[in-house]
Amino acid sequence: MESVNRIEKLLEKYLEATTTLAEENELKEYFASDDVAPHLQHYSMMFNYFSVAKEERSTREIPVKPGKNRYYLAWASIAAVAVLAFGVYFGSEEPSSPYEKLFAQGYTEEEIESAQMAISLFTNNFKKGVEGASYLEEFEKSTNRFILNN
Amino acid sequence: MQQKEFLNTVMPFKDKLFRLAKRLLVSTDEAEDATQEVLLKLWKNKSKIEQYNNVEAFAVTMTKNYCLDRLKSKQAGNLKLVHSNYTDESVSLQGRIETRDSLGWMSKIISKLPEQQRMVLQLRDIEQYEFNEIEEMLSMKATAVRVTLSRARKAVRDELTKTHSYGISK
Repeated sequence: MESVNRIEKLLEKYLEATTTLAEENELKEYFASDDVAPHLQHYSMMFNYFSVAKEERSTREIPVKPGKNRYYLAWASIAAVAVLAFGVYFGSEEPSSPYEKLFAQGYTEEEIESAQMAISLFTNNFKKGVEGASYLEEFEKSTNRFILNN
Repeated sequence: MQQKEFLNTVMPFKDKLFRLAKRLLVSTDEAEDATQEVLLKLWKNKSKIEQYNNVEAFAVTMTKNYCLDRLKSKQAGNLKLVHSNYTDESVSLQGRIETRDSLGWMSKIISKLPEQQRMVLQLRDIEQYEFNEIEEMLSMKATAVRVTLSRARKAVRDELTKTHSYGISK
């Protein structure tokens, strides 16, 4: 009974906002226990909520960017432009090199050789075809002559 | 001030800022945004941090100002909708049954309080700051803090007594 009296007094002070933090913690402890006086029961929800609410955490990271000075971005963009200009300048000198590299990665030399042979065969035959087509042209000339003469 | 130093300064009270923001803005997402915004501002002004004698109190003040601004500019927005969910449940028994979990019930009671009372209650009863700290954070006079806190506590008590006696008579 002694303790209930004390709690009632503390509650009164609490509602007038004149309790110290230590006294408020005493109240929290009392209402967290199992033997709360029935007529004070409804306060336990309040004090227990305060303890639980303190446990809520923010889940986001602290938004801090690395880099010491403010000019970090400016320097980074200057560097980016320099790299880009460098790339464009040297890139135009030997445009075939990246393709060669690509080929070398995917195929063996033998494969490339046989591919080259196949292509030369194809071009030779294509030439023959074109030569043949010139005969056709001759033929067309003579037929036209016949038609015109008629 | 280096990144690590900054994190060490800010880490201990980051969650406190978040909880205060949530108390005011209600929505978790918006509270996270607010916290991030405040910390970002602090980071940008990190050169000045050493000049403040109490960074934590300063950050709390920033959070308070940020949230009150948000509330003002969003008065017609969805925040109002969130609040209106809480205003009419005093009538419906159904609503009371649904909010039987006491934590949700308590946060609803607190969310009905005026902003000033919510902040003082949050800073004192949950974060357990000393009165002089709260005075500094909210730029209020000592008596004003006590009066506001007393009103907030009594309002919560009244609300709980009401629910409690309801429970008995039922």
